[in-house]
Amino acid sequence: MKTVLSNKKAIFLFVFPGFVLYTVFVVLPVIWSGYYTFFDGIPGIKWEFCGLDNFVRLFHDKNFMKALIVNLKYIGIVTVGQVGIGLLLALMFKYWLKHFATLVRTIVFFPVVLPTVAVGQLFVKIYEIQPHYGLLNSVLKAVGLQELVQPWIGQASTALGSLSAMDIWTAVGFYAIIFYGALLDIPEDVVEAARIDGCKPFQLFRMVLTPLLRPMIITCAIFSFTGTVKMFESALALTGGGPGGATKSLSIYMYDTAFTYSKTGYGSVIALFIFLVCVVGSRIIRSFEKPID
Amino acid sequence: MKLTAAKQPVGSWFKRILIALVVLIDVYPLFWMITASFKQPAEFVEKPAYALNSGFYLQNYIDAWTRGKMAIFFRNSLINTVISLVFIIFFTVTISFALTKMQWIGKEFFKKYFAFGIMIPVATSLIPLFQIFQKMNLINTRSSLILVYVASAISFSIYLITGSMLSLPDEIMEAAVIDGCGIYNLMAKVVVPLTKNSIITVLVIQFFFKWNDLLYSMTFVSSTELKTIQTGLLYFQDEFGSKNWGAIFASVSICVIPMLLMYLVLNKKVIEGMTAGAVKG
Repeated sequence: MKTVLSNKKAIFLFVFPGFVLYTVFVVLPVIWSGYYTFFDGIPGIKWEFCGLDNFVRLFHDKNFMKALIVNLKYIGIVTVGQVGIGLLLALMFKYWLKHFATLVRTIVFFPVVLPTVAVGQLFVKIYEIQPHYGLLNSVLKAVGLQELVQPWIGQASTALGSLSAMDIWTAVGFYAIIFYGALLDIPEDVVEAARIDGCKPFQLFRMVLTPLLRPMIITCAIFSFTGTVKMFESALALTGGGPGGATKSLSIYMYDTAFTYSKTGYGSVIALFIFLVCVVGSRIIRSFEKPID
Repeated sequence: MKLTAAKQPVGSWFKRILIALVVLIDVYPLFWMITASFKQPAEFVEKPAYALNSGFYLQNYIDAWTRGKMAIFFRNSLINTVISLVFIIFFTVTISFALTKMQWIGKEFFKKYFAFGIMIPVATSLIPLFQIFQKMNLINTRSSLILVYVASAISFSIYLITGSMLSLPDEIMEAAVIDGCGIYNLMAKVVVPLTKNSIITVLVIQFFFKWNDLLYSMTFVSSTELKTIQTGLLYFQDEFGSKNWGAIFASVSICVIPMLLMYLVLNKKVIEGMTAGAVKG
C-alpha cells in the first residue's frame, strides 16, 4: 500500500502537467501584472520604466473616478438586492411554499446558469423603445402607465438601475438556494420555542433567524461583493458601458485602457486596484462576523 | 393558534399569488424570448411586444444559423468546451488524488499553491495573459482559449474533488492493492468510480463556465472563424442590424437552449456544484 501511494513517478505524472499549466497561466500573470505597473508604453515597442507615475496618475484621472463611482453605486444596489431579495425568497420557500416546492426552487435558480451575453441581449429587447416598444414599455402602455414609458437603457438616469435590475434577476436564485439551505439547518425546536413564547413572524425573523443566519449572510455578501466589483460582462452586453459612461465600470475602463488604447502599464494599475478592492472589501465585510458586544 | 387559523384563507391566497409572481418574473422573459424567436418581421411592428407568436416562422433560426454565422460560433464553443473539459477532469482528478491520498514531500505546500487561484479575479491576469499569448504566437488561436480555460478551472475543480477524495475509505484501496492493483489501475478502477459524483459535478459546472465565457474569448480571439458563441452573440447586432429582431431572438435562443436542456436533466447537480463554493467556504 505504502509503496503504491508513494510511487514517485506516478506523483510526478499526476501533478506536473497541471502544475505547469496553472503556474504559467494563473500564477505567473499575477506576478507579471505587478511588474507592469511600473512601466509606461507598449511592451516590446516603447517600454520605459516610470516608477510610481502610473499610481500617481490614477488619483488625477477623472475618467477613473467616474468609473469608480459608477462601480460603487452598482456594488451597493446589486449586493443589497441580491442578498436581500435572496433571503426573502428563501424565507418564502421555507415557510410559505407547500406545493411544487422543488419545481419552484429549480425554476428560480435557472437564470443563474444562463450566459451573461444572452441575458444581456434579451434585456436589451425588454428595455427597448426604438424602433418599437420592448416588453417592458409595451406592458406599461397596456396597463395605462403611458408616462412611465422611457428609453430605460438609453438615458443616463435609468441605465444603471436597469442594469442592476437585470443582474439581480439573474443571480438572486443563487442566494435564495444558499439561504434556503441555511434555513433548513436551523433546528426546528428553536423556531418552535420562540413561537410558543409569543414571537410574531417579523420578531422571529429579526430576533431568532437573523442572528442564526448571520455567518451565511456575510458569506453571501462577500460573494455578491466580489462578483459586483468585477462588473464587466453584463454591462458590456446590455449597454456597452453607455450612455455616456453611465454604466462604465472599473473593469471596462481597465479593458479600454489596456486593449483599446494600449496603455499596458496604466491598465495593470487599474487591474491591481480592482484586485485590492476585492481583498480589502471582503476583509471589511468579514469583520462583521464577530458579534460586536 | 385560533387567531391564525381565522386569517388563513386571506393569507394563503396572498402567499400563493406572491409565489406565482416570483415564478412568473423568472419564467416569463425566457418564454417571451422563445415565442418572439418564431415571429415574422411584421408581427414586431404591428402587434405589441407581449403578443404571442401567430405561427412558427423558422426562417429566423435559419437566418441566425447561416447568415448570422451561429453555426460556426456554436461549433467553436462546443469544441473548446469539450476539449477543455477532458483536460480539466484528467488533470484535476490526478492532482486531487496526489494531494489527498498519496505520500510525498511538499504535499502541504502544493495544497496551498493550488488553492491560491480561487481568489484571483480574471481582470487582474488578463493583460499579462495577452502578452504571454502574444509571445507564444497564440493570439487568435483555439489553443489560447483551451489553455486558459483549463488553467483557470484547476483551483476550483481541485477544491470540489478533494472533498470527496478525503472521504474515500483507505480499506477499499488497500484491498485493491493487495489484489495486485498498481497505482494507475487503482486510479482507473477504484478511485474514479468511487468519486464519480464529484467528477460529474465538476464536469457540469465547468461546462457552464466555459460555455458562458466571454472575457477570454473576446480578448484572445478576433477572427470570425474562431469566435465563440458568446462573442458572436455580443457583436451579432452590429453585423446583422438591430432591426432584425426575429433573428436576434433566434440567436439568443440557440445559445440558451443547450443550457435549458442540460438544466432540465441535471438541475440537482448544477445547483449543488454552483453553490458548493459558498456553502463549504
